[in-house]
Amino acid sequence: MSDTIIISIIMTVIGASTPILLAALGELVVEKSGVLNLGIEGMMLIGAVVGFAVTLTTGFHLLGIVIAMFASTLSAMLFAYLTLTLTANQVATGLALTIFGIGISSLMGEPYVGKTIEIFSSWFPASLAEHPQLRVIFGYSPLVYVSLALTFGVSYFLKKTRAGLILRAVGESDISAHSIGYSVIGVRYAAVAFGGAMAGLAGCYFSLVLTPLWSEELTAGRGWIALALVVFAAWKPSRLLLGAYLFGAIMTLELHAKAAGFSFIAPELLAAMPYLATIVVLALISLRKSSGLAAPACLAKPFKPST
Amino acid sequence: MLIELEKRKEPSQAMLYLTPVIAVLATMFVGGILFSLIGHNGFAAVREIFITPLIDTHKWQDLGIKAAPLILIAVGLSIGFRANVWNIGAEGQYIVGGLAGTGIALLTWELEGWWILPLMCIAGVIGGGLYASIPAFLKTKLNVNEILSSLMLTYAAIQLLYYLMRGPWKDPEGFNFPQTRLFNDSQILPEIIPGTIVHLGVPLAFLIAIIAWFVMSKSIFGFQIRVVGSAPAAARYGGFSAKRTIWAAMLIGGGFAGLAGIFEAAGPFQQMVPQFPTGYGFTAIIVAFLGRLHPIGIILGGLVLAVSYVGGEIAQTSLGLPNAAAGIFQAMMLFFLLATDILVKYRLKLNLAKQAGDAS
Repeated sequence: MSDTIIISIIMTVIGASTPILLAALGELVVEKSGVLNLGIEGMMLIGAVVGFAVTLTTGFHLLGIVIAMFASTLSAMLFAYLTLTLTANQVATGLALTIFGIGISSLMGEPYVGKTIEIFSSWFPASLAEHPQLRVIFGYSPLVYVSLALTFGVSYFLKKTRAGLILRAVGESDISAHSIGYSVIGVRYAAVAFGGAMAGLAGCYFSLVLTPLWSEELTAGRGWIALALVVFAAWKPSRLLLGAYLFGAIMTLELHAKAAGFSFIAPELLAAMPYLATIVVLALISLRKSSGLAAPACLAKPFKPST
Repeated sequence: MLIELEKRKEPSQAMLYLTPVIAVLATMFVGGILFSLIGHNGFAAVREIFITPLIDTHKWQDLGIKAAPLILIAVGLSIGFRANVWNIGAEGQYIVGGLAGTGIALLTWELEGWWILPLMCIAGVIGGGLYASIPAFLKTKLNVNEILSSLMLTYAAIQLLYYLMRGPWKDPEGFNFPQTRLFNDSQILPEIIPGTIVHLGVPLAFLIAIIAWFVMSKSIFGFQIRVVGSAPAAARYGGFSAKRTIWAAMLIGGGFAGLAGIFEAAGPFQQMVPQFPTGYGFTAIIVAFLGRLHPIGIILGGLVLAVSYVGGEIAQTSLGLPNAAAGIFQAMMLFFLLATDILVKYRLKLNLAKQAGDAS
């Protein structure tokens, strides 16, 4: 295999991985705080359509991204209000948020179907970004570098900072965290807001970088892969990065398998792989409970302070 | 603050049954405004989606067809939800049930006889139940969260469907379309009202919901399910096994979803196609909540959601709204229901006295 093919494969895999990495980073923080938001797919779609619409209208990618993140955070706040303030069931609310996001993005996106915008491409000079070899380092959309920075940022935040410690405490034992004076609900609101913003950013990656256009259900179920990824990575940011690139490689292989029609492995099996692998990981985690890999203890359990 | 929440001594029964109605009305009102803000005719959208299916008698048969799978799946899920077993993979169990029944149909496609259809239905129940037994096993043996495992399995089931349609089960005389051959006359659910599309699965779904109501309210089993869900410690003292309850809840949820799957395949579809998963398994969760996890409530909830589905199709042709637009209303119904839930446990109190006291 020649260099150019390897380089283009690497770049395709990273391209496919970045949106699920972004969305999964957000969901990881949400779940670490003890909340399960199944609305990722819906929030991603809201981000994707808003980002596209604003960019098309104003011509500024960054403005599109900021407003998209704001819009998806707003939808996450709806989830937060219902589940945290009104202690509604998180599973049902999250699923409803996904159905809502699919619907409203289709409705809002209707006028934009078939239009295209300029791709949100690398900010490095063309001599680097389009260099035959160096493009493997410099040739990505700024969002790819952002996703890497955020992975390290989230990892550092959870492991090394006091705020990260509080967030984990809230997710592991809400009653203890509450009784030593931390605002469980406040922390969870912040986490859900972050998750919403990240899902919006992930959505923008679809509509501003990968395609760049808008069509109904543009994210094609990738929100569920992001959810699987968080579990697959056993709620650890470093594994999230590796897992994202692994899932990205599988998804890329699936697309090529479909296009080339080769027969040694069914593309459907490849497409099901992330989900099956996640179930295996769930089982393995449970077998080795002591290794500190388990799900946050308060995941999806509502918190009702008695006072 | 002028309005205060005051905790009720006991949950309000009136509010328990009134809030779903409030939720639907609020959805129509706020949904209409939302559609107008996006630049559509909100009034027309609400009319086409909520009213037209009810006043156009030609659409009533569609309501039955759409409500049946929703009711069947939601009744099965509600039993689990009452026991605090969160099977949200009904969509996958619906697909595998449909596939299992289709498997029987493909094996018997050259045969005729009254026994084929019941056999397909049994296969559907077993298929859905078996698929639900994976999360049940993982939950009871390894304490794996059933929310995550059942959801992941749904997406694996979709790929299994695609594989079978593209490969082994493809109709050999079907011009290479990824779908099975058509079921023969012994393999399709007969229409019960001549000249309509209402098939035998529709009354059966309603009947099963009513039977479930009796079982849940009158039997030891129903009592056990409710106790395990609402008071796990008491259930342990009472000798009710939590593991057995999880198994029962999962198998019932999966079995009902599987039955809905084969009803759908042998009813409206009359073959298996890649477009088979239409999200009924997820919408049924909304139905279960809207119906307050009560079989009779679920029948009503299923009909309301069926109205929104049929209305969504009407609005697609008459107003040019996208297919997913009905989903906005469906999700909003659940949002409003969950938001108004607070009225069940709390009462709104106008605090005029305090206001006056502060002012003086």
